[in-house]
Amino acid sequence: MKQRSYLALEGVTVEFPTKAGKFCALDHIDLNIEKGQFVALIGHSGCGKSTLLNAVAGLNKPTKGVIFLDGEVVDRPGPDRAVVFQDHSLLPWLTVEENVALAVSKTAQGKSKAEQKDWVMHNLELVQMTHAATKRPAEISGGMKQRVGIARAIAMQPRVLLMDEPFGALDALTRAALQDVVMELQARLNNTVMMITHDVDEAVLLADRVVMMTNGPAARIGEDLMVDLPRPRQRLSVIDLPAYGAARSGVIHFLHERYRNPAQAA
Amino acid sequence: MASLPETQITPAPVAAAAVILPYPETAIARRFFPPMPQATHPLLVKLQGFASTVLPTAFMLAFLLAFWSLACGPDSALPGPAKVWEESHEVILHPFKGVEFHGLVPDIQDGGDVGIGAHIMKSLARVLKGYALSAVIGVALGMLVGTNKYAFRALDPLFQVLRTVPPLAWLPISLAIFQQAGPSAIFLIFITAIWPIIMNTAVGVQNIPVQYRNVAKVLALNPAEYFLRIVLPACVPHMFTGLRIGVGMSWLAIVAAEMVQGGTGIGFFIWDSYNSSLLSDTIVALVWIGMVGFALDRIVGLIGRLIARS
Repeated sequence: MKQRSYLALEGVTVEFPTKAGKFCALDHIDLNIEKGQFVALIGHSGCGKSTLLNAVAGLNKPTKGVIFLDGEVVDRPGPDRAVVFQDHSLLPWLTVEENVALAVSKTAQGKSKAEQKDWVMHNLELVQMTHAATKRPAEISGGMKQRVGIARAIAMQPRVLLMDEPFGALDALTRAALQDVVMELQARLNNTVMMITHDVDEAVLLADRVVMMTNGPAARIGEDLMVDLPRPRQRLSVIDLPAYGAARSGVIHFLHERYRNPAQAA
Repeated sequence: MASLPETQITPAPVAAAAVILPYPETAIARRFFPPMPQATHPLLVKLQGFASTVLPTAFMLAFLLAFWSLACGPDSALPGPAKVWEESHEVILHPFKGVEFHGLVPDIQDGGDVGIGAHIMKSLARVLKGYALSAVIGVALGMLVGTNKYAFRALDPLFQVLRTVPPLAWLPISLAIFQQAGPSAIFLIFITAIWPIIMNTAVGVQNIPVQYRNVAKVLALNPAEYFLRIVLPACVPHMFTGLRIGVGMSWLAIVAAEMVQGGTGIGFFIWDSYNSSLLSDTIVALVWIGMVGFALDRIVGLIGRLIARS
């Protein structure tokens, strides 16, 4: 029998019941992700990227097919698949530190209070947010909130880090700063990551592999592109490499030639 | 590609255009600088702010008083402000007749003849008991109805019907249940105040944003943690909206409640002054009720804000 990948999606189909009958969002998705691999999912709006990510997170159940993580079947949400939500989803009544601490308290069982606090502060330091530890989410900027969102997720030491369009709501400069944070974290921690994005440059810059999805309904994986760039990456040293341009143009051709935005094609 | 003939390329007249024209002196003279306003004293600024918030209310009050005294002449059935003062200045000036304060704890003399402030305190004590009951039970029921859809389906129709019953209509029933004036007065306040508390708490729980639920799922919070860390804090604003409406309703019910419980309380005071045709005393009591109700609303609102912040 063949060895399963670290994260393996086998024939995942997701259908939603609607008034007009079943709506098939994803159609038999097979995807194998190795440990430590950074995968970007890209595709037009409504192609089911979020549905796929939520299925891995356990937030919605596939109608057919199975998801394996490290040989175990994924059937419910859990802290081993931490999610960085698009809207950060920090709890507004907790401070930055408490938000991360809540996640740590659920994943660091057996550690003392002091160790847990150190771990919280360590993770805030990784995203350069220790200065705002006692602030409420409402008191910090959007980019800072998302830094905290990332800190909360990595503090859980997940087996897979899921990022649902994490920088979609940020301006271009803040987004670049956060991409740098993610690159740095990836160099240090070498997490297995699945990230949804709309941004071609973001996908190519961050990911080892860009998975492109066809337009929904019944979306499938259209193309699977390996990004052959050295790690650790630095924005300025990779953007001029030929491999960067090749990957970028490959994704753009897919998105704008082979599978054009359904809204524009109509 | 063939090169273009040289004649077609004309150099742009850079040198001619690059002359910097000075801004004409006359134009500078024409510009108008408004004189700088004199710096206002910070205290004066504060005073202005204060005046702009307080004066409208003060004018409104003055206007109402003037209208009232014009509308109710010396011979009208409803006494005007001058007549109220004339007949009831004893009541207005000595609200705490028959009350001794030991520190902050009031000791109200037994037997009828006490000031209006003493009646208010008696009423407040009753309202507090009834309201505290309705707050605790109302929040608990609201949480139940908000989290469990079967509890919602079972109980919501009942709540919707019962909440429209006015306090006075409960009076015979509460007397029949409790046989005694004291507990039935408190029950009356309880049953009046509880509905908005249940409704708003339930809405608060039902409207917890899906993001927070997802966070709870990803963190795999157990039910107790989910309740304490997510549900309770997330529905504090709605809960306190209900508690604020509830405190107003419970204060509204006091007159009805104290018609049962004779002897003391602001409701009894009104009933008594009406029976002895002292309409001006009733007017004074109305002002007191309004002020205390306003204060109660503000206090609950303040507590809500303090809790939401912590």
